[in-house]
Amino acid sequence: MAKLYFSEEHEWISVEGGIGTVGITEYAQEQLGDVVFVELPEVGTAIEKGDDVAVVESVKAASEVYSPVSGEIVEINEDLADAPGQVNQSAEGDGWFFKIKLSDESELDDLMNRKDYDAFVEGLE
Amino acid sequence: MRYLPLNDADRARMLDAVGVGSVEDLFRDVPSEVPPGPVFDLPDHQGEMAVEQAFNAFAVKNLSPSCAPTFLGAGAYRHHIPAAVDALIQRGEFLTSYTPYQPEISQGTLQALFEFQTQVCLLTGMEVANASMYDAATACAEAALMAARVTRRKKVLISGSVHPHYVDVILTETGFTGISCERLAPDPMGIEDLVGRVDDDLACVLVQTPGFFGRLSDFTALAAQCHAMGVLLVVAVAEPVSLGALMPPGEMGADIVVVDGSSLGMPLSFGGPGVGLFATREKYMRNMPGRLVGETLDVDGRRGWVLTLSTREQHIRREKATSNICTNSGLCALAFSIHLALLGEDGFTKLAEVNHKAAAALAKRLSAVKGVKPLSGPFFNEFAVVLDKPAAPVVEALAAKGILGGVPVSRFYPQFPELENLMLVTATETNGDADFDALVAALTEVLR
Amino acid sequence: MTEVHVFPSAPAGTVSGNRGLTVEEPLLFEMGGEAGCGVDLPEPRDVPDHLTGFARKGRIGLPGLSEPQVVRHYTRLSQKNYSIDAGFYPLGSCTMKYNPRLNEKVARTTGLGDLHPMQPVSTVQGALEAIDAMAAWLLGLTGMAGVAMSPAAGAHGELCGVMAIRAAQEAKGNPRKIILVPESAHGTNPATAALCGYSVVAIPATAEGRVDIAALKAKLSDDVAGLMLTNPNTCGLFEREVREIADLVHAAGAFFYMDGANFNALIGRVKIADLGADAMHINLHKTFSTPHGGGGPGAGPTVFSQALAPFAPLPFVRRGDDGFELVETRAQAGADAHPFGRMKGFHGQFGVMLRALAYAMSLGKDGFRQASGDAVLNANYLLARLKDVLSAPFEGPCMHEALFDDGFLKDTGVTTLDLAKALIDEGYHPMTMYFPLVVHGALLMEPTETESKQTLDAFIDTVRALAAKAKAGEADFFHAAPRLTPRRRLDETLAARKPVLRWAPPKAE
Repeated sequence: MAKLYFSEEHEWISVEGGIGTVGITEYAQEQLGDVVFVELPEVGTAIEKGDDVAVVESVKAASEVYSPVSGEIVEINEDLADAPGQVNQSAEGDGWFFKIKLSDESELDDLMNRKDYDAFVEGLE
Repeated sequence: MRYLPLNDADRARMLDAVGVGSVEDLFRDVPSEVPPGPVFDLPDHQGEMAVEQAFNAFAVKNLSPSCAPTFLGAGAYRHHIPAAVDALIQRGEFLTSYTPYQPEISQGTLQALFEFQTQVCLLTGMEVANASMYDAATACAEAALMAARVTRRKKVLISGSVHPHYVDVILTETGFTGISCERLAPDPMGIEDLVGRVDDDLACVLVQTPGFFGRLSDFTALAAQCHAMGVLLVVAVAEPVSLGALMPPGEMGADIVVVDGSSLGMPLSFGGPGVGLFATREKYMRNMPGRLVGETLDVDGRRGWVLTLSTREQHIRREKATSNICTNSGLCALAFSIHLALLGEDGFTKLAEVNHKAAAALAKRLSAVKGVKPLSGPFFNEFAVVLDKPAAPVVEALAAKGILGGVPVSRFYPQFPELENLMLVTATETNGDADFDALVAALTEVLR
Repeated sequence: MTEVHVFPSAPAGTVSGNRGLTVEEPLLFEMGGEAGCGVDLPEPRDVPDHLTGFARKGRIGLPGLSEPQVVRHYTRLSQKNYSIDAGFYPLGSCTMKYNPRLNEKVARTTGLGDLHPMQPVSTVQGALEAIDAMAAWLLGLTGMAGVAMSPAAGAHGELCGVMAIRAAQEAKGNPRKIILVPESAHGTNPATAALCGYSVVAIPATAEGRVDIAALKAKLSDDVAGLMLTNPNTCGLFEREVREIADLVHAAGAFFYMDGANFNALIGRVKIADLGADAMHINLHKTFSTPHGGGGPGAGPTVFSQALAPFAPLPFVRRGDDGFELVETRAQAGADAHPFGRMKGFHGQFGVMLRALAYAMSLGKDGFRQASGDAVLNANYLLARLKDVLSAPFEGPCMHEALFDDGFLKDTGVTTLDLAKALIDEGYHPMTMYFPLVVHGALLMEPTETESKQTLDAFIDTVRALAAKAKAGEADFFHAAPRLTPRRRLDETLAARKPVLRWAPPKAE
């Protein structure tokens, strides 16, 4: 059963069997507006926690996406190349960005659960 | 003062509305240690007539190429500009508009730039082009930076046939970015081996055709070697009219093509402003510098144009932008585009033929002058000649006879004494037979 | 020849889609031209060509059109543009002042406009004298020690300034690592610092819209190479503590780069040297009235203090014993000069310098003083007459531009963008929007000195009426704007998701 975590940079990561699926949160996609392009890392890249691994662009803004954990990129969401709008339609589902093989699961302890993240977002507004 | 509409009555009423006693009060945030009425050792205002007279006084101290047989090139080529070009670019709607950030009231500029981007793609044989850079030299620097971004490599190899100003600008503008550039020695004979130097830690190889010394090159084999090593091939073109006769760089396999557009549409104006053309492959589109115009629809479903992919640019991406460029060469790009539109396919290819054959005819005539030897090898409208004495004083002597006869290579390469006798000579559609006669006669006399 | 009707069903209420003076115009490539030509060229000489093996094989694909077709095409396109000639352009930070026609005329003088950049220096003494004269104006107006004339635009001038800073720091033995940039800066500042190998550290603004001196002090260190500060800043305010800022920066061994985008507020009144600046670029296409041309060309000469002047790039003009010299190489520059390199092919934007020189001579020092005074008065007049209906985030007086935020639109359902689009229908170019980033929904208005009181009053009346309409709940009116333009709001998301950056021939079915 996958476990879901959130970062203060508005990424989510769903972890199952040592593999994390990463995307941006519903809140983040609303802030960005219509996503027009997502630049993803190459499969096989080794990532440190906090590295900027992807870029998500709307018409008027571009945001770096930071990896919430360390590890190796094992898969990227190829569908986003043709359909970046998936990030808007389903930020926390089909709009995922990449999958990463975690090198240190203890890093997850620094992240938030859904309830804490919702409270964090509320505090921003 | 003729440019200032406010009169004293207006000013008094406006100061009243603002609630201050004088304009000086509005400057009260300027700190007290700054002199309130600094002394400017400068003249007061002048009327139109006086200003025009001053400019005429500057002009008569120059030898105008319009009044002298002119054979100068070295990266700037004199062509006849149809009268319609200047009339159109002086329309206030083009001349006095800002960057087209409000697309609903900028469709004219946007459509013209979209057409320009298309023309650049067609000329260069490339897939996408931007809406212009300052000039070819700065565009070359942008190409090197872009290649480093795309390949994530930090080394650049520059051919000895590339215009020395382009090379200097690349070295300057990449100098603090951690990119290292290897600049090959000037190569008038076309003997350098580039293919053998391509290895897999290079970001790009930069070449030029026609080269600085006029020589033509086919980079097809070089492109293949570059691509085998994951290296980008950047091809610079200093004379865009050559593209009317020569194989386009895109067909040779270039990844980025940079062209100096100043041959078309604009007067030479002592070398600026001009326009840099910048084209690349579609896959590198998002790594390009500069503005891009894209097609879209309005809310009524009608086709229109907008600036697009602007998240690459400084006003959004700030320190992570692909370039710091903002204002570019919009009006020069428009002039280029109008000139090319007037020429069309037939006119542009014919212009290229007229240029090439003018240079071929001149080379033949100069080869008969004692003390002048054109370098062998194919050229377009510019070629190098070896004189039997240093070229710089010869050029001065020709100028004293009212002829702008050529460019001494030593002006660019003072540190290479072996190039001292080399002179670049250009002929274009502007040179009639009388110009040729004058140059041949003067050169014969000067070299006697 | 085929007539292309691009939008037969366009919502103009006409059968053609045309609307009076606004005519639908196809692309050059859709005009049906193939064999035409708008230029009569001489015949090629009868000699063999040398192009074997290098010649183009296929057609280029350019359309062929006659001169009248081309002239009409571009005339129609021009009619779809707003321009300073045609109307008020209060675009903040852009200094859209009137562009005198005299500038255009003198730049085309035979013997100036037609000069080749590589003519012998003996044949261009008048051109070098003109460059020197323009340089003298810039030095006289700023009180600085040196000037680089070659940068091609504002961002290029910034690059010139920061490269000189880097060269000077390197000459002292350590390039250092950081450039400080206030949050309210133009995007070109951080982009430029990055190009010079520096990392950018932002300085926050105070509640009154100026640099936070305490924050600046905390960020200054041995790692800081310089500070880039726009003054007047992008909130339209003069940085009162500019002298203290300069002293702090200098005490830390760093240099003070002043972004000259807003020089129009100070010209003829304040010498930049008196503010403690080490470098500043001057946008000739703003402050010196040369036309923007739909996005260039501009020019960004950069003035330097004594400390940075020796590092100015090649080429430069020097007065010699036998007239003017053009210094193009390091060897010519001599031992006292340490040029950091070359920024541009040939000698810079000569044609733009000529236009700017004509303007400087026309205004004179008295005209410049009057111009900056009128520019600041005009902005304060807008501020005074609009601040009760819009919302001004900072206390005045402002300098040459007036900043508002979108507080007055709260709960109306109307955004800054909507208001701007409504202004278009009223015949105005919108103000700068959403910049600077330090206030919410910014509206930045720069009227310049070349607008009359009548123009400002009419604009003020329009803005007041629109603000009232927004507050009265007429959001739909704004959302539908603009209605009267050649195109209505364009789909920028579509343009960016599926980029079409060039025309391509229609594919055969």
